[in-house]
Amino acid sequence: MSVIYLVLPLAIVLASLGVWAFIRAARQGQFDDLETPAARMLPDDDPPERAARS
Amino acid sequence: MSVATAERGSALSASASVPVCAHCALPVPPGLLEPESERQFCCEACRTVYGVIHGCGLERYYALRESLADGAGGPARSTGAGYEEFDDEAFALAFVREHEGGLLSAELFLEGVHCAACVWLVERLPRLVPGVAEARLDLGRSLVRVSWDPARVRLSEIARALDRLGYAPHPARDARAREAARREDRRFLVRIAVAGAIAGNCMLLALALYSGMVSGIEAEFRQFFRWISLGLGLLSLAWPGRVFFRGAIASLVARAPRLDLPIAIGLAAAGVVGTVNVLRGAGDVYFDALTVLVFLLLSGRWLQHRQQRSAADAVELLYSLAPAWARLVGPDGASRRVSAASLRPGDTVEVRAEETIPADGVVESGRTEIDASVLTGESRPVAVVPGDRVHAATVSLSGRVLVRVQATGAETRVGRLMAGVEDAARRRAPIVALTDRIAGWFVLVVTTLAAITFLLWVRHDPARAMESALALLIVTCPCALGLATPLAITAAVGRASRRGILVKGGAVLERLARPGVMLLDKTGTVTQGRLGVVRWEGDASALPLAAAVERDSSHPVARAIVAFAGDARAPSATDVSQALGAGVRGTVDGRLVEVGSVAFIADRPPWLDDAVARATADALSPVVVAVDGRAVALAALGDPIREDARASIESLRADGWRVRLLSGDHPEVVRAVGRSLGLDERDCIGGATPEEKLRVVERELACGAGTVVMVGDGVNDAAALARATVGVAVSGGAEASLSAADAYLRTPGLAPIVELCRGSRRTVGVIRRNLVASFAYNAVAVALCMAGLISSLLAAVLMPLSSLTVVFLSYRSRTFGGRA
Repeated sequence: MSVIYLVLPLAIVLASLGVWAFIRAARQGQFDDLETPAARMLPDDDPPERAARS
Repeated sequence: MSVATAERGSALSASASVPVCAHCALPVPPGLLEPESERQFCCEACRTVYGVIHGCGLERYYALRESLADGAGGPARSTGAGYEEFDDEAFALAFVREHEGGLLSAELFLEGVHCAACVWLVERLPRLVPGVAEARLDLGRSLVRVSWDPARVRLSEIARALDRLGYAPHPARDARAREAARREDRRFLVRIAVAGAIAGNCMLLALALYSGMVSGIEAEFRQFFRWISLGLGLLSLAWPGRVFFRGAIASLVARAPRLDLPIAIGLAAAGVVGTVNVLRGAGDVYFDALTVLVFLLLSGRWLQHRQQRSAADAVELLYSLAPAWARLVGPDGASRRVSAASLRPGDTVEVRAEETIPADGVVESGRTEIDASVLTGESRPVAVVPGDRVHAATVSLSGRVLVRVQATGAETRVGRLMAGVEDAARRRAPIVALTDRIAGWFVLVVTTLAAITFLLWVRHDPARAMESALALLIVTCPCALGLATPLAITAAVGRASRRGILVKGGAVLERLARPGVMLLDKTGTVTQGRLGVVRWEGDASALPLAAAVERDSSHPVARAIVAFAGDARAPSATDVSQALGAGVRGTVDGRLVEVGSVAFIADRPPWLDDAVARATADALSPVVVAVDGRAVALAALGDPIREDARASIESLRADGWRVRLLSGDHPEVVRAVGRSLGLDERDCIGGATPEEKLRVVERELACGAGTVVMVGDGVNDAAALARATVGVAVSGGAEASLSAADAYLRTPGLAPIVELCRGSRRTVGVIRRNLVASFAYNAVAVALCMAGLISSLLAAVLMPLSSLTVVFLSYRSRTFGGRA
């Protein structure tokens, strides 16, 4: 028996894992807004002294 | 001027010598300059916003804005409204949702969010307002989702905080529809993901099989790969591919051919042939082509869907800006803001100048002038006194009135008109997309060709006859055809919306490509929709004097004259007194200046009578200016025609459109406007009620004029907009016309209409070119099939090649405003 009988189903299982992860993310709404997260990461975090003041 | 403002001046304003506002970076008017102050503000609203941002330790906003802003517009200003109506029960019922743990949440549209600094500032809301749990901004839709603890804070406080930051909030209606659309989007994505993953894996297996054809492959492995392809292919058909079968069945049931039908036939044929060939261990399997086909078609549809959604979202945002609140007068005489939905007949509401009347009712006290153009199309304001009826959606122009409510919501004149709009929209024949019209023929031709192929081969080689016939069904499966329209429309709608033309559906573009009758509303569409000085006759030096006495009046005539005078320097007037409904007089530089109706001015030189007659002939209102008792000038007031109207109408006619005016204003006014635009008198229909407008549209449709386009802005146009082949709402339109129209023009004037029509024509050109390209590929494939030369390898090469051609043609084409 060739190793392909093991590797090919394994590859498909791995691929379906990826698809499953994507579907989960999509259903949670992670792809609803593709614009704001890109803008959200631009500003640095607040400097520590300001964070302490508020 | 301080160092700080000088820096900002050089960075943000064209000239560093003009002091600029510390918040919005616009030049500060000289009268508001404070020489000792470190920071200058152009208005009180900016000072408020600046104070709030600083007071909360959020100064970093300004630094962020400097580094991140894309120049898409300055920060918005606060309106200072109280937003008490956000706490109403009626409001909560419509917009607020409850969550576990006692938190409430609502979605609000924000005006003026445009960059990363805005995201940063808005999402700092929990720090600004204690009790707010979270604020998440969706920049693309200008939509913020706030959740808060009702025990600690009220929604009106949150709204006021957002307003103080300069982002005026508006309740976002239809939360349920938005949620449904979001879920639909997610399902679309899931389908594409599954289809894509299967297609990729099938291609890998196919690659092994095709190289096996060339260099040899052991039968054992070949069959193994084919079995796995079979499993994946059937999964692709059963899960993401199901939509095509469902569409095909629906189109059969409705007896209306749709493109889903030939697609489903091709997919089914490929599935059957593949399964049979795998089972018998010989012949071609088409699972690679099949899975790629499903993936490409779904992707194309998703792109189109997304582009149209974003245009529809933008329109929705616009009509959420319409106020839905009222000032309810309590028993103590004080007024507070409530949502318009909570008004009951018998309530008394206060309406201030420039506010929209929230319900139908009778004026109890006060007097004002009403702009009812949204309902009647009449451009001249109507004076109302106690006892007069006023209608919802009309605007009070000059004074403050108290109105006793008689009807609200659906019972109002507007509400009844809206019911008519829904009725008109239902009666409209659905637009059948070009490709769907082709689909019927396509199925017929393809099945006939398959039958011919079978008959040709059956005497020759019965085994190959079936195979060739099925192969023909498979390779002609309209992949490129299925992509041709979505891609062309996606590209065009995207480009159009960047140019301020929001198109709600792709079929609209197909319809606008063929010229027919274009019905233009007058007020607000062809004209500017507000009173202005059309002509000034007589002494020009009297203009600054007239503007001086009118400066402080909020009367529409006064505003028209002040606007016409522009910033011509004038000495200020003293002893200004108004004679209601007649005119105004005051002293400027020791000279008595009177501005008013012909009857108001005692002096009547002969030239004045001529000028008055000329103005009346052109359906303009004459206003006389007298200095020291002598009439010196005459201002002819009317609704000025937009500058680009004449040129635009001429281009439309050159393109083959028959342009007609359809207005609720007096027939004479409409004819006068039509004359100056070079329109035939028969094409100027005036005095039309909303019902008549609808009838005119129906008459045009009935007499086979082809495409009937209605362009309008008011509630009175809404039913006609909904009934016409294509309804176009223009900038500044009422909420009702926005929801009824298929396209919305963000920039004022008629030039965008010309662009919309021409862009549509070019888009249809692109669609046609795409169709020709995909048919050419299909013709090649059919020829190969009939000759018995087709193999799954050839199919696998032809199909993506045709799709790529279509993609290339769609994105390289010029549709709206050249290349973006």
